[in-house]
Amino acid sequence: MSFLTVVSIAAGIMFGIGGLAAVARIIRGPSILDRALATDVLLAIAMCALGAEMAINQHTDTLVILLVLAMFAVVGSISIARFMAKQDVS
Amino acid sequence: MSLAEIAVGLLILVSAFLSMAAGIGIVRFPDVLTRLHAATKPQVLGLATILAAVVLRAPTWGVLTTAVLVMTFQLLTQPMTAHMLGRSAYRTSHVRRDLLIEDELGRDIAEHAEPEASDR
Repeated sequence: MSFLTVVSIAAGIMFGIGGLAAVARIIRGPSILDRALATDVLLAIAMCALGAEMAINQHTDTLVILLVLAMFAVVGSISIARFMAKQDVS
Repeated sequence: MSLAEIAVGLLILVSAFLSMAAGIGIVRFPDVLTRLHAATKPQVLGLATILAAVVLRAPTWGVLTTAVLVMTFQLLTQPMTAHMLGRSAYRTSHVRRDLLIEDELGRDIAEHAEPEASDR
């Protein structure tokens, strides 16, 4: 087993723990702000995992996806935060 | 196993650890503002290290400029998201007041409160 194989297994486990924790917060989260925040974290973890896959397998096919996500990921959370009313507690 | 490969592996591990720390942080921290603190780690430093790993692995000018562009957009948009979420959490009382050491925004709001300022 080469060095990068070990790294990819360890990184996969850590990305998986982070993603599962974010999904747990999306399910449980007491307010809609917690859910928007956890969705952002899940997106960031997905971007990091895409980049890690690119670096390990030595290609740059999904770099454009990272660019589009970095440009437009802001829309969802900002619209939730901006148009949230005081009575929307969950 | 070359030196560049070891550097790429370490950068990937740093990013994966930050992602895991963010996940654990948003599960364990008590309210929205403290969870915001944990959430910004993989969004900025994790993405920066992973983009450095990609650039180290495929060192061409196209990859480098795209990586810089991705990081620029991320650094432009994520603070906006965090600011709006924190502001909305404060205005809709999703803040644990007993955990605050100093509430500067509340002081400013009380200072500038006027009778006709009821639109927000």
